[in-house]
Amino acid sequence: MYIIIVGGGRVGYYLTKALLEEGHEILVIEKNQAYCDIINEELGSVCVRGDGCEVTTLTEVGTARANMLIAVTGDDGDNLVACQVAKHKFNVPRTVARIRNPRNEALFEKLGVDITISSTNVLLEKIADVVPTHPVTHLHEIRDKGLEIVEVRIPAGAASVGKAVKDISLPAGTILSLIIRKAQKPIPPTPNTTIQAEDQVVAVIDPKAEAEVRKALRGMN
Amino acid sequence: MKIVIMGCGRVGAALAGMLDAEGHNVTILDLDAYSFRRLPAGFKGKGLIGNGIDEDALKKAGIEQADAFFALTQGDNRNILAAQIAKHSFNVKRVICRIYDPLRHELYEGLGLESISPTVIMAEILKKKLEG
Repeated sequence: MYIIIVGGGRVGYYLTKALLEEGHEILVIEKNQAYCDIINEELGSVCVRGDGCEVTTLTEVGTARANMLIAVTGDDGDNLVACQVAKHKFNVPRTVARIRNPRNEALFEKLGVDITISSTNVLLEKIADVVPTHPVTHLHEIRDKGLEIVEVRIPAGAASVGKAVKDISLPAGTILSLIIRKAQKPIPPTPNTTIQAEDQVVAVIDPKAEAEVRKALRGMN
Repeated sequence: MKIVIMGCGRVGAALAGMLDAEGHNVTILDLDAYSFRRLPAGFKGKGLIGNGIDEDALKKAGIEQADAFFALTQGDNRNILAAQIAKHSFNVKRVICRIYDPLRHELYEGLGLESISPTVIMAEILKKKLEG
């Protein structure tokens, strides 16, 4: 895949490194000469100095044949414009923008950015997940399918404790795929598996139904 | 009319002064309080410290009741982002955005964002001057 990365700062650097290792063709556009030099010296000459929001720069680097453009500068405006130019001028099939302000998420998606990654939200979630009392851990999001994989911890005293999976009323589309129980091997649950206190349940859910799932599994008697 | 302007540079301040003199209700946003010195004496509108790409600052400036929004900072992308927030998140009827880069200007005009490129306009005026 030919992937263009706009922004060669810390995020851009490590992203480039990871994607090169996966064997992709990568080109980085970075305004700052010093950052360009670091990338070109350490990762091979993959970085062009320029403004990734400018049509001329994007033309030069062959954006018309890019499969994907990922904008990871520290500025939401720059990332939005790079993605919009790529999408509307060069018909890049997939554009990804890093965003700082979590509120821009919905707006960017409305404006033609295919995927947004809010570094602030990711960080907040990761921190929340390591708090031991945190009820639901978000393990993975499959955004184009509208699915999310979460881990739910079952507290002692939850209404679901002692119930068989088939008797718990879960929102449509929820799949309980794994139960991790202390001192046991993980069990793929059957309809007759009984939930126990302290179980960690891995489930595929519709993100919109997260509150309902949480209530069904963790709601108290 | 209720008008919100982002960017109190020379153009923003002059525009704010003109609209205010005509009796419009003007709020002008800038990150730097010192920039409000450019507002003309007798300006009755409001100068507000705030970032026009931040929804809270825009709300404070009264974007929800605004009839028009101008994005006039030095940064094209910042203007483009703010203008699109005003247009798509707050449904402001009239949104006008300054974009220096002619190519970007052309692209966003094509996408339905009303914008002005001072670069193109200035070059045309200069050329006309020469031609007399």
